[in-house]
Amino acid sequence: MAIMTIRDAILQTLHAEMERDPDILLLGEDVVGGNGTAGGPEAIGGIWGTSGGLYAKFGPDRVIDTPISESAIVGAAAGAALAGKRPVAELMFADFVGVSLDQIWNQIAKFRYMFGGKTRCPAVIRLVYGAGMNTAAQHSQSVYAMLTAMPGLKVVLPATPADAKGLLTEALRGDDPVMFFEHKTLYGVKGEVPDGDHRQRFGEARMVREGGDATIVTCGRMVNFSEKAADKLAADGIGCDVIDLRTTSPLDEEAILDSVEATGRLVVVDESPPRCSLAADICALVATKAFSSLKAPPELVTGPHSPIPFARELERAWVPSPQKIEAAVRRVLAAG
Amino acid sequence: MQLSREELVGAYRRMATIRQFEERLHEEIKTGEIAGFTHLYAGQEAVAVGICDQLSVEDMIVSTHRGHGHCIAKGCDVKAMMQEIFGRAGGTCKGRGGSMHIADLSVGMLGANGIVGGGAPQAVGAALAARLDGKGRVAIAFSGDGACNQGTTFEAMNMAVVTKAPAIFVFENNHYSEHTGDAYAVGTARDIASRAEAFGMKAWRANGCDYFDTYETMRELLDHVRAGNGPAAIELDTERFFGHFEGDPQRYRGKGELDRIREERDCLKAFRAKVAEAKLLDPADLDAVDAEVAALIEAAVVEARAAPAPDPATVADDVYVDYY
Repeated sequence: MAIMTIRDAILQTLHAEMERDPDILLLGEDVVGGNGTAGGPEAIGGIWGTSGGLYAKFGPDRVIDTPISESAIVGAAAGAALAGKRPVAELMFADFVGVSLDQIWNQIAKFRYMFGGKTRCPAVIRLVYGAGMNTAAQHSQSVYAMLTAMPGLKVVLPATPADAKGLLTEALRGDDPVMFFEHKTLYGVKGEVPDGDHRQRFGEARMVREGGDATIVTCGRMVNFSEKAADKLAADGIGCDVIDLRTTSPLDEEAILDSVEATGRLVVVDESPPRCSLAADICALVATKAFSSLKAPPELVTGPHSPIPFARELERAWVPSPQKIEAAVRRVLAAG
Repeated sequence: MQLSREELVGAYRRMATIRQFEERLHEEIKTGEIAGFTHLYAGQEAVAVGICDQLSVEDMIVSTHRGHGHCIAKGCDVKAMMQEIFGRAGGTCKGRGGSMHIADLSVGMLGANGIVGGGAPQAVGAALAARLDGKGRVAIAFSGDGACNQGTTFEAMNMAVVTKAPAIFVFENNHYSEHTGDAYAVGTARDIASRAEAFGMKAWRANGCDYFDTYETMRELLDHVRAGNGPAAIELDTERFFGHFEGDPQRYRGKGELDRIREERDCLKAFRAKVAEAKLLDPADLDAVDAEVAALIEAAVVEARAAPAPDPATVADDVYVDYY
């Protein structure tokens, strides 16, 4: 086991997998950086620090700086995947999915089904997402629910360095398109990462802690917030199951249902607006498959039905907080 | 065309306001009080001012993530902008938008934009709306050597030609799209204008570090568009004095590059030299303008620091006009 950040876990996994598999190529804006400047290639090494050294090691045919052209970046990944390669395309901000949506939604997600199961499109789209840096309405969104709703895509959201390695490795060895979400505030989070080959199967949630009184289902940055809330509640003798989904498509329904059947109380924490959200989806799952286990109405902790604001005070009010999660758990325990 | 003394002083004042606004933000950001991403416009002032000086308040512009200069040149309130960037309730957009999303429709500023290439199609629509009103208004899309590579920009240029919209595509080539050089990322490096020509519109080229060249070239262009000849484009060769965003270490710059462009390509220095040589303005008059602008910027910062933050209870206000 080595201790490293999520940033380094991603970078090292890219190095290792590109070494292992010559069909993997990386493309995106400034993934090399400095091309066409006096500073030269790799003057930047990726603005998130997740592609340093790749260009020097694997060269310009496999590590490709692109113009600011998100439709073409994602579309090129689609084409390279159809042509037998394993492209990794980086969207510097997940919000730019808006610019490239057709290539994801109508193309990548649908190829295999439309073409009668005769094709594979193993494109990995890396999307840097989430609020917490006051980057305002067009650079802060968590668009995983929208992509989870699209049949044909797998949607992955690591919350720990170990999962960053395990899930990215799995994405690069699988044959389906994967939307790989990296939370911009989590890159510096440190943790143990297994040495050598480490694959984390999709659709296997992580039981972060077991408490038995209430179930908190969450993902991404909200895992850590939920743990903080669970710590506070534990001091009052309230035990929470905290479930990190790891992947929202496929979804580990069993882990959710098993926990709710034991606790009877559900809180879903989701860093997005509430309508047609992951939170609403999980609630629907539990309502349809574990209704009789519920001792209280579920609580959804989400942002409001609004874009994400800039000012610190407003962004803090928008994002679910440990305090809001704690209050929601107390409400589900008080009800029924 | 000879500009009056008042026009010259006004042009210098607007350029100096942008420069001092940005230089001050560069310092204020280091204190940690300003959140989020800030992209500074310093170095490109002659473009925004040389163009917007010839627009009426009814003409419309759409801007970019590097939008402070366009806002100031089009007439947005400087103090309200400063409050917006500080995330205050009294900001241009109530602290909801921040540096990247300043808009003031009352002065024809249809919005800065966090999405590269997001604005050009909107300028086409604004131009079609202006034509419908029949008052001779135009709409301008400011784009850079980054946005010139977006499909939206290509679609917008073709659609403007097809619809003969009074839309103007201004390409500010500061030679860097984020951290990549135009020599790499633009297939027609240093000739973005030829793309516009290929779509079937007339295009001009000018020195975007020279107010007078920008102004004169833009005057011809505006005459062409206002005469009902459809869209047009202009590419301006300009310079970005700061990084892509504040905090960018700019390792892509050449040795001495920043000093060189500030020495040789500073539009404010060039303006001062030209008006002094032609004996149009006394340097002391411009010094006085600098001092007035400094006082304005200082007051804007002091007021923004002291201004109240937005009420968290308002976080979900203004999503709709009506919701029922």
